[in-house]
Amino acid sequence: MAEEKEFEPVIVGFFCNWCTATAADLAGTLRMQYPPNVRPIRTMCSGSVDPVYVLRALLGGADGVIVGGCPPGDCHYVNGNFKARRRMAILKTVLKTLGIEEDRVWIRWISAAEGPKFARTMNEVTESIRKLGPNPIAKDWSI
Amino acid sequence: MERYAILPAGNQGVLGVIRQFLASLLEKKLVDALLVPLELPTGDNVVPTIVSRPEQIQRANPLAPVMPVNAARLVSRITMISSSPERLGVVLRPCELRALVELVKLKQASLDKLLLIGVDCFGTYSVNDYEKSAKDGSSPTEDLLGRARGGKENPRLRKACQICEYPVPMGADLAIGLIGVDPDTGILLAAGTPEGEKVIQELGLEEVKAEERESAIAKLVAERAGKREELLKKTREEIRGLDKMMATLATCINCHNCKTACPLCYCKECFFDSPVFEFEAEKYLGWAKRKGALRMPNDTLLFHLTRLNHMVISCVGCGLCTEACPNDIPVFDIFRLVGYDVQKLFDYVPGRSLDEELPLTAFKEDELADIGM
Repeated sequence: MAEEKEFEPVIVGFFCNWCTATAADLAGTLRMQYPPNVRPIRTMCSGSVDPVYVLRALLGGADGVIVGGCPPGDCHYVNGNFKARRRMAILKTVLKTLGIEEDRVWIRWISAAEGPKFARTMNEVTESIRKLGPNPIAKDWSI
Repeated sequence: MERYAILPAGNQGVLGVIRQFLASLLEKKLVDALLVPLELPTGDNVVPTIVSRPEQIQRANPLAPVMPVNAARLVSRITMISSSPERLGVVLRPCELRALVELVKLKQASLDKLLLIGVDCFGTYSVNDYEKSAKDGSSPTEDLLGRARGGKENPRLRKACQICEYPVPMGADLAIGLIGVDPDTGILLAAGTPEGEKVIQELGLEEVKAEERESAIAKLVAERAGKREELLKKTREEIRGLDKMMATLATCINCHNCKTACPLCYCKECFFDSPVFEFEAEKYLGWAKRKGALRMPNDTLLFHLTRLNHMVISCVGCGLCTEACPNDIPVFDIFRLVGYDVQKLFDYVPGRSLDEELPLTAFKEDELADIGM
């Protein structure tokens, strides 16, 4: 194997179609720079992101996961984002209790109009996960 | 305040009094059938049985310290397609009753035409321990009641029962009360609903005050809660961190028995048994290449973590997951610990009330501000 390269976090992003994924487009249209570490996956709603997908990413190779939804009150499906927040709260509590780094899971509200917030948040999550270092579970073959 | 009536003691013992009461429900047509644990005619086990003739009640034993399945699952099976056409009394332990309430909220069971009869629970043994104890010639039921009356510890009890802080049925129409009751006088019958009161009236039972009951319950609950704290503390140390967690799951063979035994894991087809988890050879080899190796069957940790995420909010702590594990993984310990933390997050007690919404179907606009920003 080649020498260990400098750590570049792999982050999986689940972005809702109506807000955060559109904000990603806007950030691009505005020619804003943000790190390429985030691999975006467009979902119809943050409320449709089952924890199993987040876990699959974390256990299968990702160093972090960010779920992006509409700001409170703006959900295209009225309340999917509130339900997503509860799911992620449970997920983070489960991980915390088991002593698995829950800080690798983020959920953020970024509206379709917030291209700059999208770019800023991708910077933040990338730097935060970079500080945490490689995800030990992602490399473990025995899980 | 609950209203109590007394089932007077005769010379037939506690079990006899309860059998007589259950038989009278059938005889007086207060119910058309009963779902109640019955001693099998051959072999040493006590299993939930639908009884329609009063004479069969002579084998009923809702006090036997054994719970081969969580009967909430059975009530779900009976009422899932359509609610019961006749009045069915279901005799349940507190954890079965709580699981049933959760299943009703999950739309997996109907309480229409059911009379919920709860029984105070001193705890249960594993099916194997129960069988052994019965084969030894002594009555496990008498042994259990004797120890409970003497306030003695009972090491035979399953761990889940030793730390269970809900020995008294919640939300039943009628509750059979044994805690803080002098069996020589009689057994308490507590009406929790107007339906229950109607039954007490129909049977013409004398109303009584149960002054010692509350303090006796409080004492038992305090003891159990103390043991629960000990177990939670121990488990927290034993499973915290990836290495310890994986050491705990080292003997897991992905049989999914814990899921099958769980009264709350209701999905007809579990996600993990679905085609989503059927992969091409290329995938497996790709994962192995990326990680250098791949444990097979794969996704051991993913299965348990996902089940925790999906179910732990409703976990009633019956402990049958641990019973079902062929390799003695303390699944219950993990669920009880994680459940404690997760349920606290929403101040939710599974099975406490039908009026409380499931946390995953409800939300507040103004909450969890530190999670989503």
